[in-house]
Amino acid sequence: MTMINRLVHQGTFLPVLTVVTSLIVIWYAGAVYLNSTQLIDRYQKKGVDWDISRLAQDAWKMERPVLPAPHQVGVELKKTVIDKRVTSKRSLVYHAGITLSSSLLGFALGTLLGIALAIGIVYVTTLDRSLMPWIIASQTVPILALAPMIIVVLGSIGITGLFPKSVISMYLCFFPVVVGMVKGLRSPEPILIDQMRTYSASPTQVFFKLRLPASIPFLFASLKVAIALSVVGAIVAELPTGGQGGLGARLLTGSYYGQITMIWSALIVASVVSALLVTAVGRLERIALRRLNGGQVVAV
Amino acid sequence: MTQTVRTGSAVVHTSDLSLEFSTDDGPVHALANINLDIAAGEFISLIGPSGCGKTTLLRVIADLETHTGGEIQVNGVSPREARESRAYGYVFQAPALYPWRTVRRNVMLPLEIMGVSRQEREARCAQYLDLVNLGGFENKYPWQLSGGMQQRVSIARALSVEPELLLMDEPFGALDEITRDHLNQQLLELWGKTGKTVVFVTHSIPEAVFLSSRVVVMSPRPGQVIDDISCNLPRERTLDIRETPEFLEIAHRVREGLKAGHSYDDD
Repeated sequence: MTMINRLVHQGTFLPVLTVVTSLIVIWYAGAVYLNSTQLIDRYQKKGVDWDISRLAQDAWKMERPVLPAPHQVGVELKKTVIDKRVTSKRSLVYHAGITLSSSLLGFALGTLLGIALAIGIVYVTTLDRSLMPWIIASQTVPILALAPMIIVVLGSIGITGLFPKSVISMYLCFFPVVVGMVKGLRSPEPILIDQMRTYSASPTQVFFKLRLPASIPFLFASLKVAIALSVVGAIVAELPTGGQGGLGARLLTGSYYGQITMIWSALIVASVVSALLVTAVGRLERIALRRLNGGQVVAV
Repeated sequence: MTQTVRTGSAVVHTSDLSLEFSTDDGPVHALANINLDIAAGEFISLIGPSGCGKTTLLRVIADLETHTGGEIQVNGVSPREARESRAYGYVFQAPALYPWRTVRRNVMLPLEIMGVSRQEREARCAQYLDLVNLGGFENKYPWQLSGGMQQRVSIARALSVEPELLLMDEPFGALDEITRDHLNQQLLELWGKTGKTVVFVTHSIPEAVFLSSRVVVMSPRPGQVIDDISCNLPRERTLDIRETPEFLEIAHRVREGLKAGHSYDDD
């Protein structure tokens, strides 16, 4: 309720509601349009007399629609999220849990890798010159092509399960962290670096007392991007490992069996998971920055 | 530490000190043939137009730049050794406070770095914040203070190291005149109380004459000393002294020196 209150008070409630309503209307219209070819074919074969209202009604309750109507996805979601036991293999909560755990592990690994690389780049000139082009190149390789290879290679040396999937999340996550942290660690003004020199501070002291705290706002900006990417990475990683579960596996199963509604509900759960994670990182950011700046919130 | 101390009480001693920066347009003579002896307890102002090397000279003393010719000694040793023995406190043009530290923790920063005990840190912090009239602001963050207060925190921080030599690079340059007058007076009182040696960079004539026991006038291209004026005004001064003939006479001589430096520039 507090959230709705806040929305109303900030005057964003109506605009947001308008956008949501129009999206749903467009979705319903799209469902009629996209399913019409199939339906009209069937009407003609059976010689049924039809008008637009019958077309719409039929389009919104098809068993295998091209585009399911919102309420059909809603029903599927209720069935797979609320009605099924969490431990059931047909529960989306169960699959979301699998995806979430590999996302979070990949996010943690990617963040650590990103910070480590950024420290190397900032402190070692050779690394600055040699690493950055490779880091950028790594992100131009399509992850969809790379993911199965990583899974197969790691699988062949006996590493299976959660870890290989996390590696793919990590692969996507570390990049924004490197870029943000390099910028953050270099953000202290020259005057502050000179000042540290007048204190004859050691490099370790300069790092922990100046560069690291100065980089925190940049780190959080990167983490918000990285956490969303980690979910993408985990889902992509689950596609080639089909049978093992996870939202990616549900997407794959859905497309095997032409269960478009199943795909849509997995997609929606995936985006809810992403949204929750981004919000959580955003909350952490506010808390961290507030503590860092004594009550003043400064965003980068 | 094998260098001999050449001048008994000179805190800073330079002979034929020069500094060349190499740039794409050829070498720039930032400093040329600077011969300067600064005695303990002096308040010396370096004044000159921008580009005259006054800040560069201060940075050479602080070992933030390295000279390319001549000699310089700080406390009888090289600037590097002096810096490593924490011989000076440096106040920058900007307050250079850490936004994530309270006033108290900003003042304690150099002390933490130098490994001063916690108890001693707290004591010195309280002592020097009182000295700059900021007692009671310990737990504020820099953004909660005015520009003048921030610069006072930065002075307290430089003093907390308890250096014998205080290097100040246009510390009040960014402040309005009223605040600047006020801080000048406070700084003078501070100098009277502590007896430190101060090297003060400024481009304000009244500020230089009001504060200093000696004014060194510099001119640009190459950065050099063109006049060295001692101000034998009484050490106890108030802002009113700026209306006296003695003050105006010294200010006039500084202005003449600056003009001479400039006509040089226009040739």
